[in-house]
Amino acid sequence: MSATAAIFRRELGNYFTTPVAYVFIVIFLALNGVFTFYVGGWYEREQADLQTFFDYQPLLYLFLIPALSMRLWAEERKSGSIELLMTLPISTWQAVAGKFLAAWTFTGIALMLTFPIWLTVNYLGNPDNPVILVGYIGSYLMAGAYLAVGSCVSAFTRNQVIAFVIAVVICFVFMLSGTPMVLDLFQAWLPQPLINTISGMSITTHFNSMLKGVIDLRDLVFFFSFIGCWLLANIIAVEMKKSD
Amino acid sequence: MMESAIVVESLRKEFGAFTAVDGVSFDVNRGEVLGFLGPNGAGKSTTMKMITGFLASSGGQIRVDGLDVGKYPTQVKQRIGYLPEGAPAYGEMTVTGFLGFIADIRGFRGTEKQDRIHSSIRKANLGSVIHKPIDTLSKGFKRRVGLAQAILHDPPILIMDEPTDGLDPNQKHEVRELISEMARDKAILISTHILEEVNAICDRAVIIAQGRLVFNGTPQALEAMSRQHNAVTITFAGGLPDIAEQRLSALDNVAGVNREQALNRLIVMPGGGVSIVGQVTRLVRDEGWEIEEVYVATGQLDEVFRRITSHGGSVDEGDLS
Repeated sequence: MSATAAIFRRELGNYFTTPVAYVFIVIFLALNGVFTFYVGGWYEREQADLQTFFDYQPLLYLFLIPALSMRLWAEERKSGSIELLMTLPISTWQAVAGKFLAAWTFTGIALMLTFPIWLTVNYLGNPDNPVILVGYIGSYLMAGAYLAVGSCVSAFTRNQVIAFVIAVVICFVFMLSGTPMVLDLFQAWLPQPLINTISGMSITTHFNSMLKGVIDLRDLVFFFSFIGCWLLANIIAVEMKKSD
Repeated sequence: MMESAIVVESLRKEFGAFTAVDGVSFDVNRGEVLGFLGPNGAGKSTTMKMITGFLASSGGQIRVDGLDVGKYPTQVKQRIGYLPEGAPAYGEMTVTGFLGFIADIRGFRGTEKQDRIHSSIRKANLGSVIHKPIDTLSKGFKRRVGLAQAILHDPPILIMDEPTDGLDPNQKHEVRELISEMARDKAILISTHILEEVNAICDRAVIIAQGRLVFNGTPQALEAMSRQHNAVTITFAGGLPDIAEQRLSALDNVAGVNREQALNRLIVMPGGGVSIVGQVTRLVRDEGWEIEEVYVATGQLDEVFRRITSHGGSVDEGDLS
């Protein structure tokens, strides 16, 4: 087993040996239910789709994903175990990848456990299941993007609360970067191509585009390069800050 | 000739304007336990972190088994077993879970993995706690978990940062026994600020103060640097003879005679650290003084340690071994 796999297994196992996994999954599922059925008014819409389920996910992830990612590196630095980890014969990228993949797999498990909602919509109507599947894929990619931000931020501090708050703020900016709220800030003094770039960096825009049920290469490229860039920054952050 | 297991040459480390390690050079041979001493904050841990590849150096060279740490970090880390200061571990894991993780990372599988885990559990005497989360263990057990982790892959080089710090005397003894057992075929570097440890397990000692090397030699050589070295303490039976102090002072090679608090005891200090016990006992016999006890001091490590680490001046003894 490679070092990445060993770290992956340890991290994933860690979620389940501590109450983190159970607390997270229960709250994630409960909030998904609340947003889909009550806040989103799923019954009232009388449509056999999961639009309201997916609509609230960017917001839900905004707070839940940083809660999951905040400990990834901050805890290692706080407890000093980072010295143990980084003096084992592994490279930094293997540690970063192992931790990220474990957290991402864990969110995948939590996301899959929302299947009763999918069963409900299939029981009550005839939804377009391929659209729902692409929605799930989009949701999973969005979770990965938030996690990559959170993991990187977590490497900059040994304080998990700070890691959480900063990650929420950065995710919030990328969530809303396609909206007038953020774009108006830059409209006055940035040229249009840059404005378009900022707008194109919006996680929500790409997620919404996938909710239409089409896997567009541009969306995939966006999510994977977004994750890649943040993990690269994560590796650099670990190298820089590991011994502080 | 094969190079020493660890070679440190003109090693430097700067944190901003602060120089933590300032041109330190030493080496550790196979089959040798090197004690790394110095006051807190002298740069011991920083040096160890650079040897293990956790910190990048600001200058100088480190070679482990002939491999440059900066160029071959992974190969170097494979050869080293490292117990960081405070023995950090993943507290929520059980002892076997944690050692299993270390074995996975070190690339052991199947029966070899199980054998390695069991053997290091046995060596570190962890049998009674293998299924307990590390967080719930006592300090002594946590330290032994750190040791077990460090020796799991039977590394040719062991680096331990204060392995006995905070342990009770029994636990200290156990850890020292373990280190001595492993000493035969490994190069071992341990840092400590407990001086008795140097005599107990080290073949050689290196002392640094304020980032500089101030001593490199055997524990015996370190003791010899003590002003007390070879001093003779005489306890007289009954009262102190009137002329004793005067007659002892007159001997060759005697630098001075001190009177102890106890009225019937004199300490005869040698000049230049030479042995004077022969002369002193001859004088005692010739004079017919009744004595209770004669004691030759081997030297006070504490005193030497304080002297050579406090004013930052290097003691130019070279390699006394």
